[in-house]
Amino acid sequence: MIGLLVAAPLLGAAVLLCGGRHLNRTGHWLGTALAGVSFVLAAVLFVDMLGRPGDDRALHQHLYSWVPVGGFQADIAFQLDQLSMTFVLLITGVGTLIHLYSVGYMEHDNRRRRFFGYLNLFLAAMLLLVLADNFLLLYVGWEGVGLASYLLIGFWQHKPSAATAAKKAFVVNRVGDAGLAIAIFLMFTTFGTFAFGPVLANAEEATQATLTGIGLMLLLAACGKSAQVPLQSWLGDAMEGPTPVSALIHAATMVTAGVYLITRSGAIFNAAPDAQTAVVVVGAVTLLFGAIIGCAKDDIKKALAGSTMSQIGYMVLAAGLGPIGYAFAIMHLVTHGFFKAGLFLGAGSVMHGMNDEVDMRKYGGLRKYMPVTFVTFGLGYLAIIGFPGLSGFFSKDAIIEAAFAKGGTQGWILGAVTLLGAAITAYYMTRVMLLTFFGEKRWQPDERGNEPHPHESPKTMVIPMVVLAFGSVFAGGLFKFNDAFVNWLRPVTSFEHGHPPIGVAAITTLTVVVLLIGVAAAWLQYGRRPVPVVAPRGSLVTRAARRDLLQDDFNHVVLVRGGEHLTRSLVYVDNKLVDGAVNGTAAAFGGLSGRMRRVQNGFARSYAVSMFGGAALLVAATLLMRAV
Amino acid sequence: MNPANYLYLAALLFTIGAFGVLIRRNAIVVFMCVELMLNAANLTLVAFSRMHGNLDGQIMAFFVMVVAAAEVVVGLAIIVMLYRSRHSASVDDASLMKL
Amino acid sequence: MADTSFPLLTATAVLPALGAVATAAVPAARRDAAKWLALVVSLGTLALAAWIALAFDPGGARYQLTESRSWIADFGVRYELGVDGIGVAMIGLTALLIPFIIAAGWHDADPLEDASPNRRWRPTQGFFALILMVEAMVIISFAATDVFLFYIFFEAMLIPMYFLIGGFGDRAHSAGEAEGAKQRSYAAVKFLLYNLVGGLVMLAAVIGLYVVTADQLGQGTFSMQQIAEARAAGELTMATNIERLLFLGFFLAFAIKAPLWPLHTWLPNAMGESTAPVAVLITAVVDKVGTFAMLRFCLGLFPEASAWATPAVIALALVSIIYGALLAIGQRDIKRLVAYASISHFGFIVLGIFAMTSQGQGGATLYMVFHGLSTAALMLVAGFLISRRGSRLISDYGGVQKVAPVLAGTFLVGGLATLSLPGLAPFISEFLVLVGTFSRYPAAGIVATVGIVLAAVYVLLLYQRTMTGPVDKPEIERLPDLRPRELAVVAPLIALLIFLGLFPKPLTDIVNPAVEHTLSDVRKTDPEPALPEVEAAK
Repeated sequence: MIGLLVAAPLLGAAVLLCGGRHLNRTGHWLGTALAGVSFVLAAVLFVDMLGRPGDDRALHQHLYSWVPVGGFQADIAFQLDQLSMTFVLLITGVGTLIHLYSVGYMEHDNRRRRFFGYLNLFLAAMLLLVLADNFLLLYVGWEGVGLASYLLIGFWQHKPSAATAAKKAFVVNRVGDAGLAIAIFLMFTTFGTFAFGPVLANAEEATQATLTGIGLMLLLAACGKSAQVPLQSWLGDAMEGPTPVSALIHAATMVTAGVYLITRSGAIFNAAPDAQTAVVVVGAVTLLFGAIIGCAKDDIKKALAGSTMSQIGYMVLAAGLGPIGYAFAIMHLVTHGFFKAGLFLGAGSVMHGMNDEVDMRKYGGLRKYMPVTFVTFGLGYLAIIGFPGLSGFFSKDAIIEAAFAKGGTQGWILGAVTLLGAAITAYYMTRVMLLTFFGEKRWQPDERGNEPHPHESPKTMVIPMVVLAFGSVFAGGLFKFNDAFVNWLRPVTSFEHGHPPIGVAAITTLTVVVLLIGVAAAWLQYGRRPVPVVAPRGSLVTRAARRDLLQDDFNHVVLVRGGEHLTRSLVYVDNKLVDGAVNGTAAAFGGLSGRMRRVQNGFARSYAVSMFGGAALLVAATLLMRAV
Repeated sequence: MNPANYLYLAALLFTIGAFGVLIRRNAIVVFMCVELMLNAANLTLVAFSRMHGNLDGQIMAFFVMVVAAAEVVVGLAIIVMLYRSRHSASVDDASLMKL
Repeated sequence: MADTSFPLLTATAVLPALGAVATAAVPAARRDAAKWLALVVSLGTLALAAWIALAFDPGGARYQLTESRSWIADFGVRYELGVDGIGVAMIGLTALLIPFIIAAGWHDADPLEDASPNRRWRPTQGFFALILMVEAMVIISFAATDVFLFYIFFEAMLIPMYFLIGGFGDRAHSAGEAEGAKQRSYAAVKFLLYNLVGGLVMLAAVIGLYVVTADQLGQGTFSMQQIAEARAAGELTMATNIERLLFLGFFLAFAIKAPLWPLHTWLPNAMGESTAPVAVLITAVVDKVGTFAMLRFCLGLFPEASAWATPAVIALALVSIIYGALLAIGQRDIKRLVAYASISHFGFIVLGIFAMTSQGQGGATLYMVFHGLSTAALMLVAGFLISRRGSRLISDYGGVQKVAPVLAGTFLVGGLATLSLPGLAPFISEFLVLVGTFSRYPAAGIVATVGIVLAAVYVLLLYQRTMTGPVDKPEIERLPDLRPRELAVVAPLIALLIFLGLFPKPLTDIVNPAVEHTLSDVRKTDPEPALPEVEAAK
C-alpha cells in the first residue's frame, strides 16, 4: 500500500518518458491522474491512521533486501508515520493541484508530455524521500528530487541561462549530497546500520564528537537542498524553470526537504548541542539573507525565491531549537507550502497574461485585468506576512515565540532576528503586491510591437489557485485549534512547551507592530508615488542585494575562475610533465641510440680496434677475477 | 730449449700482426697481418702440445691451417673485386658495405 | 554443481577464438556475412557465460568449474582454469558487452567508397575478428588460476588491441586525414609500449615466483591453488623483501593496465584515437583485467606485501580519483573526457580493493561490472554522436537536444550513470566503495567523496555544452536522431543499469562469498562498528 504511493507517479514517469508521440494528446491528463491516485491513496491511509491511537500510527513495509554486503544491509523499506504522512499529504495534494495548473500553463509547449513525465518523476522521488525507513533510501530520494529539479529547471534547454542554472543547481546540491553521504558513513561505522529505528533510538550512546560530526554533515546536506547559506546560490537561478516547477519544487516541497531531514534526525541533534547551534545560526543568517535579497529583486519570481529562502530559514531555525521547535517548523512548512505555492501560481498566472514578462516594474494596476489572480495572490500575501487570523500568522508567531523561549542571550538575539525578518517580509511582499497589482499600468509594446493584453487565466489554472488560497487562509487556524498539529506530531518529533521570557500576548503584539511597520515602509516607497520603469541605481546595499549579496560574484571568482585555472594548469601538467616524463624517457633512449649509432662507421680498422679492446678487457677481467 | 721461448715468439708475432691490422690501410698487408696472427696462434698451440705431451694442440693447428687456407681464397677474391671497382686496395675506401 | 566433465570455461573462450578465425576467413565481398557471424558467435558466448553463471554455486567451493591439465611439465606450468564469484561476474560482463560493441561498431570498419578495389582487402572481417580474439583472451585471463597461463594471455591480448587501436579510427579526424593517421599510430605504439613495460616487469616477477616455489617446495609451480595450499600448510613462506619485490612486479603491470596515476597517460590517447566501440573495449573490458588481477593475484599471492603497500596504493588511488575528475573537467574532446572520467573511476575501484573490507572489495567488484555498463552506454552514444558530426571537439556541438532528443536523453542517462546517480547501478558500487573505505580509513573516504561532486561537474558540463543551448550550427540542424540499430544497442544497456540499480542482489549473492575468501587471504576482517550492540539488537 505504501509502495503504491511511490509506484503510481513512477509508472507515470516511465510511461510518459518512454512513450512515443501518440501520448502527446493525452499524456498530461495521465500524469495528473496518477498524481491524483497518489493523493487519494494518501488520503485513505490518513483516515486509516487517524483511526488508530497516537503511539500506534506508524506503518512499516519491507519490500526486499536491496544491497546486502557483509555488515552493510540496505533494504527497500518504507515507514509511514505522522511526520511522513504530513509530507505525503502536502506533496501529493499540492502536487496534484500543480499538475492541473500545468495542463493550462504548458498548453502551448510542444514538449508538454515530457514536462509531465518529469513532474511525475519528481513526485515519486519526493515521496520516496519522505517514506524511506533508512538514510540510504532517503539518499536515493534526495538525489532523485535533485535530478527532477535539474531536468525541470533546464526544461527550456535551448536557453543557455536555463541550462546553466540547472547545472548549477545540481552541482551545488551535490555538495550537500556529499555531506549526507558522509553522515551515512559515520552512522554505519558508529551504529553498524543506517536505518531510522536503531540509529535514532540509540543516538545518545554515541560519542559527542561523532554526533556533532553527523549533525554538521546532515546540516550541510540540508543547506544544499533547502538553499541555506552558504549553499543558497542556486535557488535564485532555479527560477529559470517553468513557474509551476518553481511553485512545486522550489517553494512548496523539495526545498523543504532539509527541514524534514533535520526534524527526522531530531534525536541526533538533541544529543549534539553544538550541531544544533550551527543549525540555528544557519537558519537565522539565511532568514535575513533571503529577506534582503527579496527586497531588491525586480523579477517577480526571484523576489519570491528570496522570500522562500527566508521562510525556510525560519523553519531551519525552528528545527534547530530542538523539541520546542520541531512541530512549529513543520507547521510553518505546511502553511508555507500552501501560500508560497499559491503566490508562485499567481505569479505564473500574471506572466501568462503578460507575454512572460517577469519585471515587476513593467506590471502595474493588474488588479483590474486579473481579478481572481489578484484575490488569490492577495490572500497568499496576507498569509505570508502573517496577517492576524491567516495561516502564516499562526505558524510564524509560534516560531517567534519558540525563538524567544530558547532562553538567555541566544533567545533574545534569535527573537530579535525573527521579528526583524517578519518586518522585512512584510516590506518586500507589500512591494511585490503594490508593483504588480496597484498603481498605473507601466507596460509597453516590445520591439516587435506586441503589446501584452493582460487577461485572466483558463480554468485549469484558476482552480488550483483558489484551492491553495483556501489553504493559505484556513490551514493555520485549523492546525492551531486545540493544538491539533502539535499533538498530531508529538509521538514522532517529541514536543516541549517553550516558555518565552516575555508574555505571549506581548510577542504577538510586537509581531503585528513590526508587520505594520514593514507594510507602511513599502507603501511610502512604492504606493504613494509612481514607480519608475527603469530601476534607479539604488544604494550600495540595494545593488549588492540585486546581485544576491555578491555571493555569486564570490563563487564566480573563486570557484568558477579558480576551477578553470586549476583544471587548465592540470591539463598542462598532464601533457607536459606526466606525459612529458614518459616521452622524455623515450626521447632520451632515442638520442642515446643516435649517439651509439655513430660507432658503427663502416671502417674495418675501427671495428678491429674495438674488437681488440674488448678482447683485452675480457682477458684483463679474467686475470683480475683469478687474482681475487 | 725452454718451450716458454716459443710462447714469447708467438706473442711477439701476434702483437706485430695486431698492430699491422690496426694501422695499415692496404688490404693486402692487413690480410698478411691476419695470417701472421693466425700463425702466432698455431705456434702457441704446437708449443702447448709439446709442453703437455699430447697431440691435441697439433691437431687443432691443422684445423687452423685449413680454415686459414679457405679464408685466403675468399679474402683474396674480395680484395681483387674491391681493387677492380675502386682502383685501390685501401680498407678505408670500403666503408659503405657495398661496391 | 555442473557436470564437470564438460570443459565449460574452455568452451567459452574457444568459441570466440574459433569465431575470430572464421570471421577473418570470410571472403572480401561477403562483408555483411562476417558481421552477422561475429554477432552470432558473441551471442553464443554470452549464452555460455550465462550457463557459467547458472552452474556456479555461490555457496560451494571457492573455485568452481575447474579444469586442470599438465602443459609444460618441465616448468610446472599447468593449464588450470576455475572461477570464483568475481570471475563469474567479470566473464559475464565481458560476454555481455561484446555483442553491444559489435553491434555499435557495425559500420565502423566498412571500406570507404573510394577504397582501393583490391579484392583481398578485408578490413571489416579483420575488425570483428580482432574483437572476438580479444574476447577470447580476456575470458581466459579471467578464468586462469595458473599464474603463467594468465600472464601469457594478459600479454597476448596486447596484439589484437594494438591493431584495433592503430588500424581503425574515426572516419573524419578533426586534425585532417594524415595527421589523424599519425596520432593513431602514436596512440597504438604508446599503448603497446606502456603495457609491454608492465608485462616485462611482471614476467620477471613470475619467474621470481617460480624460483621461490621451486626453492621451498622442491617443484616449482604457478598454480594459485597449490601455492595457497602450501601457504596454508606453512610449507611456503616468503622472505619479506622478496615478497614485496614480487608484489611490486605484479602490481606495476596491473597498475599500468588499470590505469592508475601516474601511469595513465596512454589511456586518453588510446581511447581518443580509437573508434567508440574499441574505446569501450579498452576501458570496459581489457582494463578490468588489471583491477581483477590486483584482487586475485596481488592479494592472493602476496597478502603481507599487499598490507605493506596499502597506504601508498590508497594515496595513488585518491590522486587518480581527484586528478582524473579535474582533468575530465578541463578536456575539450568528448572521448578524452570519458577517458579521464574512467581514470577517476579506476581510482575508486583500486581504493575499494585496498580498503580491505567486504564493502570495499564487494563494491569494487560491482564497480568493475557497473562501470563497464555505464561507460559503454555513455561512450557508445558519444560515438554515435561523433560519427554523425565527424568531430570529437565539444565546441563543435550545442543544442543537439533540440534536434535529436532520444540521442540526448540516452546520453544523459549514460552521464547520470557515470556520476553515480542513485537508482542506477553505479551508485551502489560507488557507495559501497566509499563506505568500505571510510570504515577503515575515514580521511581517505572523505577525500574520495569529493570525487562525486567533481563527477557531477564534468558530466553536466559535457551535457550542457553539447546538448543544450540554441542550435546555431548548420551541421547540427541536420543531425538525425538515433537509428533503430543504435537504439537497440543503448536501450538494453540502460535497462540493465536501472534493473541492477534497483535489484543488485543476484550479483551480490555471487560476489559476496568470493570477497570473503579474498579477505581471509589477506587475513582481514571488517572493522567493528563503535556501538556493536546496536546492530546486534537489529
